Amino acid sequence: MKIVALVKQTFDSEAKIALEGGKIGRQGISLIMNPYDEYAVEEALKLKEKHGGEVTVVTVGSDEATEAVRQALAMGADQGILVNPGTEDIDESTIATILAKAVSGLEYDLILGGFRAIDDGSAQVAGRVAEILNLPVVNMVTKLEADGGKAVATADIEGGSAVMEVTLPAVITAQKGLNEPRYPSMKGIMQAKKKPLKKIGLGDVSLDASQVAAKVKVLTYSLPPARAAGKIIPGEPAEAAAALAKALREEAKII
Amino acid sequence: MAKGILVFAEQRDGKIKKVTYELLSAGKKIASQLGEEVSAVLVGKGVSSLAGGLGEYGADKVYVIENDALENYTTDAYANVVADLVKQNEPTAFLLGCSITGRDLAAQVAQKLDTGLLTDCINVMVENGQIVFTRPIYAGKAIINAAIPEARPVMATIRPNVLPVDEPQAGKSAEVINVPANIGNVRTTVKDVIRQVSARPELTEADIIVSGGRGMKGPENFKLLEDLADVLGAAVGASRACVDAGWVPLSIQVGQTGKTVSPNLYIAAGISGAIQHLAGMSSSKVIVAVNKDSEANIFKSADFGVVGDLFEVLPVLTQEIKKLKA
Repeated sequence: MKIVALVKQTFDSEAKIALEGGKIGRQGISLIMNPYDEYAVEEALKLKEKHGGEVTVVTVGSDEATEAVRQALAMGADQGILVNPGTEDIDESTIATILAKAVSGLEYDLILGGFRAIDDGSAQVAGRVAEILNLPVVNMVTKLEADGGKAVATADIEGGSAVMEVTLPAVITAQKGLNEPRYPSMKGIMQAKKKPLKKIGLGDVSLDASQVAAKVKVLTYSLPPARAAGKIIPGEPAEAAAALAKALREEAKII
Repeated sequence: MAKGILVFAEQRDGKIKKVTYELLSAGKKIASQLGEEVSAVLVGKGVSSLAGGLGEYGADKVYVIENDALENYTTDAYANVVADLVKQNEPTAFLLGCSITGRDLAAQVAQKLDTGLLTDCINVMVENGQIVFTRPIYAGKAIINAAIPEARPVMATIRPNVLPVDEPQAGKSAEVINVPANIGNVRTTVKDVIRQVSARPELTEADIIVSGGRGMKGPENFKLLEDLADVLGAAVGASRACVDAGWVPLSIQVGQTGKTVSPNLYIAAGISGAIQHLAGMSSSKVIVAVNKDSEANIFKSADFGVVGDLFEVLPVLTQEIKKLKA
């Protein structure tokens, strides 16, 4: 089974966000592979272990995104592709365009990705890739079985879950609960250094900057207003609980 | 020429979701500033009886797309019929709720229409004739204002429970337009649907949420939260620690890797307040924290805090609220 895993390098979720020159500062920020994409890579590796085949990891980003690809290779993926768009004026529609172009040059039975990234949380890139490649998509999958021709996926839906069958090739996005991603072993990390990692630019996937100009324009970045310091209700637990009930009714007028 | 604000009227099991009313109110606000009208698109099987009621909430027109194949949501069928409608009507903006369905549908429709999409927005306004959306990024640690200057329609999903619903205007009706459904090729088959049956409101729509963390010490103690939720008509949530420990299902996790909620009142019991949890609930209007550790981070975000053992505090709180409500 030939599987493509789409990954993104993101800020660590513990990162302290500050503004520098009106934009999000990058100083002192540690970068990680988007945790939802780790589920996608893990699932790809599990399917490969079961059915044989190969796993290709594809990302769009600057050179620093190399680390995310290396991590996936160290986990067990076979090869990586990093497309550097060479511009920051990109949004989800253009990232999807680039990914789709890069993937269309590969052979694949299944494309896996995280259902969203933890940085911008936009949850639309994988769906757009499916649309561009004219493939079906199943989002927020917590259980997956796939063989040569089809996949059966359990996915979150409004108010519950659904079991869906889809013909391959398809795009499947991972929700938490799909699996427990493995840590790269020392051996894996050593091997990853020798695995093919292709770093290419827009021209290599037959795109130019005008085709990937962002449709979304960010006007301003700001930090959220700090919540005003709250009130600690004093007293013994029972006493404080009673006072809290009263405050919620009379002060906050909320119950 | 592009005209009008179109809203996706989300329904489930014959009931309009609250976020639809929030979208209509927001749509009406921006439409009036742009001198345009508001319409809604309602998709499903046997849903036409719901169309008229949308007029009271601000829809001038309601497009109804009905078909047996639209009974269960499938990405292909819904994206095909909705994208067709949008192409025919060329609205200025198309707004959806940032629910599981809205998010899924929005991405496909945006790509079919080759336009931009801003997801999980918490505000929408008109600035210099341009529709501007506000959305949190980096788990709520930063906020952006963004627009889609050229591509049309402007598309966005709006976080449920954040924007206000205007008072409905009794008797105001909408023009109902039935649109034939061109379902197209549906490539996924729904084999089974597992509904979580609960008498409680859904987390993302609840006015009040009672949530527990590691301090609950075990699944058996969630009864304390449920008792409190019962007297408040609240939903029950949990922090990641409780889900990872296997005490409660992922479906009730609040936080960065769970649900994002914005209730009027969020009661956090035994939750330390890690940044990942705050990401999921910091847009709540009033936050209450109960924690025995006075240094817990959650107190920095709480409007009201009680430093004490939740096993002593919660039962009394439940009793006191019951008395107040009697």
